[in-house]
Amino acid sequence: MSDPRVSEARGALAHHFDDLEQQHDAATLGMWVFLVTEIMFFGGLFLGYTVYRWKYPHIFADASRHLDTTIGAVNTAVLLASSLTMALAVHAAQTSRRRALVGLLLATMLLGSVFLGVKAYEYRDKYVHHLVPGVDFVYEPGARPQLQIFFLFYFFMTGMHALHMVIGIGLLGVIAALAWRGRYGADYYNPVEVTGLYWHFVDIVWIFLFPLLYLIGAHL
Amino acid sequence: MSTAVTETPAPPLESREHYLNVHYGVKSWLLTTDHKRIALLYLVTITLFFFVGGAFAVLMRLELMTPRGDLVQAETYNKLFTMHGLIMVFFFLIPSIPAVLGNFLVPMMIGARDLAFPKLNLLSWYIFVAGGTLALVSAISGGVDTGWTFYTPYSSTYSNTHVIVMGLGVFIAGFSSILTGLNFIVTIHTMRAPGLTWFRLPLFIWSTYATSLIIILGTPVLAITIVLLALERLLRVGIFDPALGGDPILFQHMFWFYSHPAVYIMILPGMGVISELVTAFSRKRVFGYSFVAFASLAIAVLGFLVWGHHMFVSSQSVYAGLVFSVLSFMVAIPSAVKVFNWTATLYRGSISYQTPMLYAFGFIGLFTLGGLTGLFLASLAIDVHVTDTYFVVAHFHYIMVGGMVMAYLGGIHYWWPKISGRMYPEVWARFSALVIFAGFNLTFFPQFILGYLGMPRRYWAYPEEFQVLNVMSTAGASILGLGYLIPMIYLVWSMRYGRPAPDNPWRATGLEWTTPSPPPTENFDAPPIVTEEAYTYSKEEPELV
Repeated sequence: MSDPRVSEARGALAHHFDDLEQQHDAATLGMWVFLVTEIMFFGGLFLGYTVYRWKYPHIFADASRHLDTTIGAVNTAVLLASSLTMALAVHAAQTSRRRALVGLLLATMLLGSVFLGVKAYEYRDKYVHHLVPGVDFVYEPGARPQLQIFFLFYFFMTGMHALHMVIGIGLLGVIAALAWRGRYGADYYNPVEVTGLYWHFVDIVWIFLFPLLYLIGAHL
Repeated sequence: MSTAVTETPAPPLESREHYLNVHYGVKSWLLTTDHKRIALLYLVTITLFFFVGGAFAVLMRLELMTPRGDLVQAETYNKLFTMHGLIMVFFFLIPSIPAVLGNFLVPMMIGARDLAFPKLNLLSWYIFVAGGTLALVSAISGGVDTGWTFYTPYSSTYSNTHVIVMGLGVFIAGFSSILTGLNFIVTIHTMRAPGLTWFRLPLFIWSTYATSLIIILGTPVLAITIVLLALERLLRVGIFDPALGGDPILFQHMFWFYSHPAVYIMILPGMGVISELVTAFSRKRVFGYSFVAFASLAIAVLGFLVWGHHMFVSSQSVYAGLVFSVLSFMVAIPSAVKVFNWTATLYRGSISYQTPMLYAFGFIGLFTLGGLTGLFLASLAIDVHVTDTYFVVAHFHYIMVGGMVMAYLGGIHYWWPKISGRMYPEVWARFSALVIFAGFNLTFFPQFILGYLGMPRRYWAYPEEFQVLNVMSTAGASILGLGYLIPMIYLVWSMRYGRPAPDNPWRATGLEWTTPSPPPTENFDAPPIVTEEAYTYSKEEPELV
């Protein structure tokens, strides 16, 4: 906020705010409040998951063995790396390094896309093995009905997560294009920052999903 | 009429530029980002839904004039009460005070030029219209018969009505209220005028803030629940389906986790309006400001801990029932704090009986009755006796209609001079407030008795001994309906022919009264600075009447 007039000249200050600091506070708080609603949204799913896992621990553990822990772990690493490039991108914006900012945003998008590609491969694998509820689901001999509930949670939770990633990649694309045109710098980087908040949130959701879905089989 | 003491006659409305005449044409309304214009867009939209929802109620009351099914049979009747509930709850009550009065007043009361995210505000209206359109599509193509609660497995497996379309409508409308709540929270935190500290805020802002907290914490859970329900219905796989080892009671838990707090989404903003009206028309600072403010937050918090009282007769454990019962009793404490404080504010005040104050008196009495009968229902044993009877119906209509709709109409009348720049006709307004009060009580008080005698809700036919009370209720409903039509007519009339309103016709405190009526687009000619607490009334001022 060194010299507000510079950015006001760029048209960054909306008419109803007094100054850029107020606008910055509003945008940041707005994103945090939005993330609270997201937590409650995913919270409903985590609640359902917890209820059924508590009721049928062994069925959930067995079902979990159908998931490939190695692929899941690699994908977790990819996603964490994307969080790193995102954090570096925010720093690049704050220090007015335009080329670094654009490069890091593109890297984040690339890593996110890799994650989605791996996820698609996993979905295909489940389809081949007839484990997609509602589309093609064949019980193994002796399997209990709750097996399907596990996979419903698996597809719905990871699917919701993937949907958030797709939206995030789209947002990053817009931010990257604007960054290329030199819209962000040390005096005005708020959109980069709040998009980063969103991206980190989506990563954290995965940090919970990975152990809950992939790792329970190994311990029971 | 002696409604106002004006020192200087108001200047002619058209000579000055304000938010209503700054632009003309449909496009200037549909693309506006002015919070005041968006409030009016909501006002028109939810009034439409109020009359659609009301039409379903009219048909129900007509059917219930006689013990036998003559106007409609069971299946149609199921659709009537379902559509009445869904439209009134999701498309009228939840947006009513927040989206109309909140949108108009939050920036004005805190001295801001607009909400923090004006485009998001317009978007939330469009989202609301999209959700509402789906609800109307579902109504026109045959309606839904599951009850507004969408209980599984009926809604997921057995009902062959338009559950998905309706569910989608409710899902989408939910995002409208989430975005509105988010906008309010950010605005109240970051955009208060210099000097306007939290404890100088008008109590309407406190209650709107508490409401917004409930909206952002509760609504996403309803959204995910509806998606799960839709998946179960579409794909025949189910988290709530017993055939797959799922549990239908989980649906009830998730549904009420939102829908009980939603009751407070519907009543808290009303309480905020009443706090404003009671102080303005008794010309006294509100008694115990901080108690009233914190009571709003306490209701918001406790409201999230009592959903199980809707499930006393489900398979929920007895111990859970006990805990939910105790917690439900605790909600009575902050609610009673408010009623006591309003009453104490009236004590030795210079009370005047303008229309908004008549609605405020109506609210206090009817809300108290509705709240006390809520204590009956929170007691496990009595609840088992009256579950799913008209006692429950009467109880929540005392809160929703006797409370919220009264507060909404009181607020609309109180701020109408600011919104429209015109005064409403006081004689007609007082007359219709009394008609509404009488009609309301005649409609719903007999339902307490019916329920206690054992008449179950949601039936199109009943034993003959219940007919007298049902005829009274239907008669009351026609009076109530007439009472709602009168303000519709004179408020529209007053927009063109009403007496021009002065800037502050009630001599009330609050930043919204320091700006011209109607306000300019940017709300204030000069940025306001606040130097004193809210409601600094003194007795020496001349009385209103």
